[in-house]
Amino acid sequence: MIKACEAMVKCLEAENVKVVFGYPGAAICPFYDKLLDSGIRHILVRHEANGGHAANGYARITGRPAVCIATSGPGALNLLTAIATAYADSIPLICITGQVNSDQIGRDVFQEADITGAAEPFVKHSYLVKNADELPKIFKEAFYIAGTGRPGPVLIDVPMDIQNTLIDFEYPESVEIRSYKPTGKGNYAQIKRVMKALNEAKRPLICVGGGVFASNAQTEIKELSDIMQIPAITTMMGISAFSTDNPLFFGMLGMHGVKSANIAVKDCDVLFLIGARVGDRAVRTPLSVEESTTIIHIDIDPAEIGKNMNADLPLVGDAKLVLRQILDLAKPLEHKEWIEYLNSLKSEPVYEKTKDGTINPRKFISDLSDAMSDNTTVVADVGQNQIWTATSYKIRNGRFLTSGGMGTMGYAIPAAIGAKLADSGRPVVAICGDGSFQMSLMELATAVQHGVKLKIIVMTNRYLGMVREVQQNVYHNRYTAVSLDGSPDFITIASAYGIDSMRVTNEEEAKKAIEILSSSDESFFVECIVDEHTATI
Amino acid sequence: MKHTISVLVENHAGVLSRISGLFSRRGFNIDSLAVGVTDDPAVSRITIIVDGNEYTVEQVEKQLNKLIDVIKVKCLESDELLARELVLIKVSAPADRRAEIMTIAEITGASIIDISMTTITLQIADTNAHIHRLEEIIRPYGIIEEVRTGTIAIQKGAESITLKK
Repeated sequence: MIKACEAMVKCLEAENVKVVFGYPGAAICPFYDKLLDSGIRHILVRHEANGGHAANGYARITGRPAVCIATSGPGALNLLTAIATAYADSIPLICITGQVNSDQIGRDVFQEADITGAAEPFVKHSYLVKNADELPKIFKEAFYIAGTGRPGPVLIDVPMDIQNTLIDFEYPESVEIRSYKPTGKGNYAQIKRVMKALNEAKRPLICVGGGVFASNAQTEIKELSDIMQIPAITTMMGISAFSTDNPLFFGMLGMHGVKSANIAVKDCDVLFLIGARVGDRAVRTPLSVEESTTIIHIDIDPAEIGKNMNADLPLVGDAKLVLRQILDLAKPLEHKEWIEYLNSLKSEPVYEKTKDGTINPRKFISDLSDAMSDNTTVVADVGQNQIWTATSYKIRNGRFLTSGGMGTMGYAIPAAIGAKLADSGRPVVAICGDGSFQMSLMELATAVQHGVKLKIIVMTNRYLGMVREVQQNVYHNRYTAVSLDGSPDFITIASAYGIDSMRVTNEEEAKKAIEILSSSDESFFVECIVDEHTATI
Repeated sequence: MKHTISVLVENHAGVLSRISGLFSRRGFNIDSLAVGVTDDPAVSRITIIVDGNEYTVEQVEKQLNKLIDVIKVKCLESDELLARELVLIKVSAPADRRAEIMTIAEITGASIIDISMTTITLQIADTNAHIHRLEEIIRPYGIIEEVRTGTIAIQKGAESITLKK
């Protein structure tokens, strides 16, 4: 017999977990004690939410559930935002929290919080472990639930006495949950109808969402687009599923998207949504799509079909498998006129000159993407920096990560740490604003402590830029609570952490910074000074 | 429009809060909710009466199905179901009114389950509409207290909602 806390570690080993992110505390100490004896690498973050975001970045690059750990009460509560962030973007996380002793639950003892209750709206599933013997089964189920179907966070809350209980350990080989059977292939009759609609379409359009990464269907989408000559656009979550080099790619749609993508949505006659939930930032109202447009919607989550937009041809299933079925029936087609039309809407970006002592952030990001290696992972924070990155960074073979659904500020630095640990061979660039950077700058210590090499870019305009813009346009220049005066000198901050850095205030410095960012293997910190009047789009 | 939804769930702790939480955070309106264990002690059955349009009911069904503990969801059409609720009514009944109340009970199919010097307690298990009628008739006598369960429902005929093959 072994202690349940040792069994928990063995469960993680059985799931082939190599790296976990967390922050210890009394109620999770039994587990941490056993973690010391395993080969699993623990990354100590500086705030629990960032442990969750780091696991989020790690999961998105590995494509497998990633583990984050917190203690009971405040530790678990700090993790909540990260759980909700992962839930909104369908990222598979296993969140392990310590809990007070079973017999003390409900008595409001020190560091007690009902975390399974609090997290309920944001988890795919959760467990409050009451019987130590069930732990191996619970871990097996948790990994299965988190990583299959529509992925999402699963929370396992383990009271301290349960962690110390002796159990017979045997990790289940398979998992059987009678109430959970994710769909795989699509309905064949429906696929034939989809094929007919695609064959008859004059102006078909593929819209790729974040679900495509969960299904790893990037190759299939490219193939379909190539063979049937269907132009493609993405949502923000779908960015990097399609290379910006591809002549059939027309950018990101939505309120912050590009003209070619938005007009394409309006003018297409068949809109083929793949793993996209059509959130309000992508398509504001169903009315922005013409009523005559035939909408095909593939999603693994039936609840997403018809939730935000009515689908004429719903197809429930895993995008990769469904697209394979479609590809089996696909024949080469031409849509020359339609593609020519969309090409005519594309325009080379014009980067207006900004006032002295500032640079144009979009030009900087665009130039950076030209210089960085093709497989770079770019992590955008939230705010103007996010939109600048989403629309200006040309992603060819890399990945774009951001908190798309929840829009959680402070996501970029910790997620970049996770992404780098998941694949150390790929450069990782985090792009933040001076607001979002200050929400997680303490994680520079995490990167330094664990030798995680990051490229960090902070766009400083001394304001919460996106909110400021709303106040400018909607509230008639009545600025309130958006000035970031009092911020520290970020270059000094970077050097305090021992990270080389430079400030960019003109074109020449921009060039130099980009050269260092793209050629050095070491961490490098760049602060770009941006005019507060530089708009989001 | 009222809809009756039958849900089979794993009889785990916390299932009810997952389901009620889902309704409140998605903005679905519940008229009533009744829960109890089935002949299989590992499975509970929940009957929910929802007020909403077709879109709402479809979303309710789909969102319920996403909960891991939910095994089966079925929306029952009003013409294919038998629905009942159980009501206990304590009515004011001084000696000179007892006979009248007993007659009403007999006519409406309510049974008398308790009596005191000043009250009679009625029990009835019937449809919402029939119970409403009884309430209206009994109200002038003075309803002191009323307790009712949520509606439970089962399909007419040989059709069934079970896990058995």
